[in-house]
Amino acid sequence: MAIKNLREKINVSEAVGSLPIQKPEAKLYMSFMYVAFISLLIGGLMGLLQVFVRSGKFTLPWGIDYYQVLTVHGVILGLVLTTYFIIGFHFSVMGKTVGISEKQRKVAWFAFWTMVVGTVMTAVTILLGEASVLYTFYAPLRAHPAFYIGLALVIIGSWVAGFVNWHQLAVWKKKHPGEKSPLLAFMVTINTVMWFIASLGVAIAVLIQFIPWSLGWAETINVLVSRTLFWYFGHPLVYFWLLPAYMAWYAIIPKIIGGKIFSDSLARMSFVLFLFFSIPVGFHHQLTEPGIDPTWKFIQVVLTMMVVIPSLMTAFSLFATFEITGRRKGFKGLFGWLKHLPWKDVRFLAPFIGMLAFIPGGAGGIINASHQMNSLVHNTIWVTGHFHLTVATTVMLTFFGISYWLVPHLTGRTLTPKLNKLGIIQSIVWTIGMSIMSGAMHIQGLLGGPRRSSFSEYGGTEQASEWIGYQMAQAVGGTILFIGIILMVYIFVKLAWFAPKGHEEFPIAEEEDDAEPTPSYFENWKLWIAITIALILFAYTIPFIDIIQNSPAGSVPFDWPIGRY
Amino acid sequence: MHRHEKIWLTLSSLMIIGFLVLAGYQAFALELGPPSHKETIDPQKVDETAPFNEPGVYQTGENEYEVVMIGQVFSFNAGGDELVFPAGSTVTFTMTSKDVVHGFQIAGTNVNTMVMPGYVQKVTQTFDSPGEYLILCNEYCGSGHQLMASTITIE
Repeated sequence: MAIKNLREKINVSEAVGSLPIQKPEAKLYMSFMYVAFISLLIGGLMGLLQVFVRSGKFTLPWGIDYYQVLTVHGVILGLVLTTYFIIGFHFSVMGKTVGISEKQRKVAWFAFWTMVVGTVMTAVTILLGEASVLYTFYAPLRAHPAFYIGLALVIIGSWVAGFVNWHQLAVWKKKHPGEKSPLLAFMVTINTVMWFIASLGVAIAVLIQFIPWSLGWAETINVLVSRTLFWYFGHPLVYFWLLPAYMAWYAIIPKIIGGKIFSDSLARMSFVLFLFFSIPVGFHHQLTEPGIDPTWKFIQVVLTMMVVIPSLMTAFSLFATFEITGRRKGFKGLFGWLKHLPWKDVRFLAPFIGMLAFIPGGAGGIINASHQMNSLVHNTIWVTGHFHLTVATTVMLTFFGISYWLVPHLTGRTLTPKLNKLGIIQSIVWTIGMSIMSGAMHIQGLLGGPRRSSFSEYGGTEQASEWIGYQMAQAVGGTILFIGIILMVYIFVKLAWFAPKGHEEFPIAEEEDDAEPTPSYFENWKLWIAITIALILFAYTIPFIDIIQNSPAGSVPFDWPIGRY
Repeated sequence: MHRHEKIWLTLSSLMIIGFLVLAGYQAFALELGPPSHKETIDPQKVDETAPFNEPGVYQTGENEYEVVMIGQVFSFNAGGDELVFPAGSTVTFTMTSKDVVHGFQIAGTNVNTMVMPGYVQKVTQTFDSPGEYLILCNEYCGSGHQLMASTITIE
């Protein structure tokens, strides 16, 4: 009887169009989550070691190199944690909204294991000290070939995962002719299409340039081409991290606060704009480089600024949802509706803090991309402070916010009031730690302090001595953040194995009953992809031909600067 | 579309256009664009190629100087010349790398550029305030990257 009641409750709370997730599926999705949270712990520990070293009060034991630790930190948090979490989340929402077949699930497992083999190869190479090249692996520093081959496998695995997502949607559309695709499935497809087109760049660099060169088959490498291909990928990479957070904000948070989706069309439109403007913008990471035509640098700066528009659309839409929901619940006044928001529900609070962090984060991004202002902050620790707000706060707190319900939903457990409270403490600890660390990084960067640098007194100059205090503050903030990581991993372990059995809701928001219908042209994938490719060709063709035609002699590899002999 | 949404998006777009007009005006009309010199050099023959066969400080005019400098792990090589200039000097740095990618930043100024193997980069800066400025490499170049630094003194 109890079970039957529970079933009925599930059927009521889980609206039409949302499919149950079966056990074998849950196992697949959780596998991605396990790797993500192991990465969080290891990568966080590396971050802690870095801020300690940079305080000047601590040296790494056993002759471990600072830059080896930094490489682990960047690769495992920037590439492993994010990619695994995102693919696990993508599969979960696809399974929930359009379903997954047994065959698709098998291919998805193949994607998972390809990525794991690649990750292990890369990790072992870094740990043996054979690849202290940081996650950007700029040529002509040369890592062991296994580093590049491992990275290529991770990318190929992520493509296979994306292909499965596309197939899932295609199968659903065949069964539902004329219907618009579910919003979350549409968004996953945008993100995977963007990821595929963007990572082609880094894949070409790794397969055609780095692997043959690192094996000694090619004597030299074209440095500027490799950097250009990397940043063709490197900027959309950050949108690949951000868009899953936006998916949660658009399509999941409204349900958690008891509201509806503000506008299905606006959400789709903003994602289409992200597809257009995330990729043809890589030069804004190369503004201070020789060899690239200044006019084309500016053209890509213009395209970069376009990407601000969909983010501002998102901000409008979110606060509109908050206000409409509050007013409907009877809260009045200019800001009275803020009171209705479920501040004590961590599924809301963590992502909400993430949204707030994106205000200074986004403003900092505009500064970084602003052509000449970039000269003041390029390669300073200001940039590190910037992306610790955007990816390490906005994106991470939203991913944590997702984990609080997704993990127990998949493991058949519940988020207990106690764990919810611990989650709120976690969010506050994160906010405090990050405000101190990122704030100190921003200020030190404006004073000229470099990023990616071990502790140095720079010969005792006055300017460098002013930076030490900020590095101490970063050590304090970083330590608080590491406490936050331990808390989060503890919560994850509880939700995965120990929380009480039960049913945790998979919140998916619905549209208003009288919502205007979404125009059917949003399903015109050929058009969206054609415009994306046209913009990329416009932004890159002429300057890329120019780079190739005016290439200097290539660079031979350098092993010893990173400690390889 | 909602009226407030229209207002919001119009203001946002105007703001972005304003930023771009300003950045474009500074870059093209005032010639304050980021350093983008396009000359190339064979990275394996830096020591034999002029002007890098004789790195050092050269006076090119009244209050005008050129510094020919090579970035190499883990130092800046200006032929052993001290970088000391009178206040008000305009200094052009002509640089390349003999090995990996380096950064060249003068803390407390807007001078900040990449020094890449195969390319000659030029940056010009006028120094008005006396003092000692730190020059540092801000692109990871290997295990001694944090030691790659120098100073420039304005009297």
